[in-house]
Amino acid sequence: MDSIIVKNLVRTYVSKSGIETPVLKGIDLNIKKGEFVAIMGRSGAGKSTLMYQISLLDQPTSGEVTVLGTDILNLTSQERTQFRLQKLGYVFQDYALLPDLTALENVALPIMMNGKTTEDAYLQAEKALVSVELGHRVGNLPSQLSGGEQQRVSIARAIAHSPDILFADEPTANLDKTSSNVVMDAFQKLRTKGQTIVMVTHEYDYGRRADRIIEVDDGKISL
Amino acid sequence: MNSFLQAIRIGFFLAYRSIKRASFWSTGLIVAVMILTFLNIVVVSGVLVGLIEGSIAAQKGRYLGDFFVETLTEKTYVENSQYLIGILEALPEVDKISPRYIGSATVESNYQFKVDPTDTAEEAGTVLVGVNPAQELAITDLDQYLVEGSFIKEDDFDQVVVGALLLKGYFDLDAEGFPVIDAGLGDTILVRADNIEREVIIKGIVKTKVDQNDRRIFFPEKQLRQMIGRNDFNVGEIAVKLTEGTDPDEFKEKLQALGFERYAKIKTAEEAFPKFLEDIKDTFALLGNMISSIGLVVASITIFIVIFINALTRKKFIGILKGIGIDRRAIEFSYMFQSFFYAVIGSAIGLVILYGFLVPFVDANPIDFPFSDGILVAPALSTSIRLVILIVITLIAGYVPARMIVRKNTLDSILGR
Repeated sequence: MDSIIVKNLVRTYVSKSGIETPVLKGIDLNIKKGEFVAIMGRSGAGKSTLMYQISLLDQPTSGEVTVLGTDILNLTSQERTQFRLQKLGYVFQDYALLPDLTALENVALPIMMNGKTTEDAYLQAEKALVSVELGHRVGNLPSQLSGGEQQRVSIARAIAHSPDILFADEPTANLDKTSSNVVMDAFQKLRTKGQTIVMVTHEYDYGRRADRIIEVDDGKISL
Repeated sequence: MNSFLQAIRIGFFLAYRSIKRASFWSTGLIVAVMILTFLNIVVVSGVLVGLIEGSIAAQKGRYLGDFFVETLTEKTYVENSQYLIGILEALPEVDKISPRYIGSATVESNYQFKVDPTDTAEEAGTVLVGVNPAQELAITDLDQYLVEGSFIKEDDFDQVVVGALLLKGYFDLDAEGFPVIDAGLGDTILVRADNIEREVIIKGIVKTKVDQNDRRIFFPEKQLRQMIGRNDFNVGEIAVKLTEGTDPDEFKEKLQALGFERYAKIKTAEEAFPKFLEDIKDTFALLGNMISSIGLVVASITIFIVIFINALTRKKFIGILKGIGIDRRAIEFSYMFQSFFYAVIGSAIGLVILYGFLVPFVDANPIDFPFSDGILVAPALSTSIRLVILIVITLIAGYVPARMIVRKNTLDSILGR
């Protein structure tokens, strides 16, 4: 069963002065449930842009995108937010943790937004932190954590509410090799549990640890 | 829980932690701005109105009493005064009265040193008032407002208390409408009433900031009555202090029913105040409101800027919050809660400063304006209204910039574009 189906996806950015820049030029793509996919390509090839379209962070110019059976192009802004909250998880390149919240609070936030009580959310968040081996850092603020630890908190936040798909945008770009391996180990552990993962990376060492590599070049899939 | 309540809950969660972990100094600075804003919108108008309220209070406490009886327009004295005084003293609503004999006169200083009788005299027109010192002081406390000397006693003779606005030393205004004499405590002055001249010694100088008092000369009633020939014991005015809880309007109706108006004008203190005082009070209130409005605008701009910069510097985090599925309303609520916190804490501290310190302090140490002892008027209702306006404006000022930032494209915010 396909988690993501993309047909003839086009994304063109238009500057304020009206200049059009086509970034994605007709992409067709299928990602199966439980698959760990790495989207790779050189800088500026359009790999992050592709992920933004299929993860509902951006709106395609044209084409069809079906995520978990839902045609996402027809969703309202509010429905897209709700969809992201309930079905998707995100890991960003620069961790994207809220500086005023502790690791536990950062992870608990989307769970609480999903309607869980604070107590339940904290319990669930703590489990997620333990699963990324940060059970001892729950009360720390992001500024008190190393880059690798922050990225693992980010992963815990992304998976704590058991999303159907986990999106990761260059999750190892800001990390040293050791920390990067810890993060990749965490992804592979999730993969073995059946988690669908879509990861954007430009590093082959990490890309090849995925089930499949999708190579993007000049706005098209080249492989 | 519906999504709106859920958004409020998350908004509070975010706001609480943001405030809790914010820099003490930046929070302190914003709260300080709110305290000053609150005080600005309450105190400025309070002082302006208090300036006139002080004057009105002085009129009542140092001249009129709670109720005032004066001559009919065409008369120079109140007919049947003793009859009216007798009734007043018998009424249970009356606590104290001070009947005053009134006569017009001129007063001259340094007349002893005139070389030639045709030399210009240092003289001024005035009103002579004959009072029973004990009765007068029981109502007006004039002895509390002596700037020099002491108050007259019942048996004093040729000794007077002079209002400060008649004396050059206290009112050095060289204008035709305000003639003054050059005399001081202990000096002998010449009082001329009708065809009678008397040399009297200044025993005391009184400055009450009530013009009627401060341009008068106070005599013991016995001497003035003799001077102006008031052998009929008809007085010129009667100041009345009512017992606690008496409604002056009801008291007036009672006097009307007793026929007082055949012999005198009867007025509550409010009716006896010069009309211009109420007009000035209204004008100052308006002026105070205008200044307060400017204060509110400044406060709202300040909060707007603070929240806008805060939201702008956190644009990326706002984008991330939206990206991970946090309802935009929750983010807007979080900024509104923060604004609310600043407004409530600032106002609460402002209230403590206002009612715990400023109002009692100014009551005990009135602001010394030339024409009144200014007090700080801050009635609870008016303060509450201003407080609510400040909080509402602060909430709006917090919401608008948050909304501006939250409405930006999620991906642009995340990528810092």
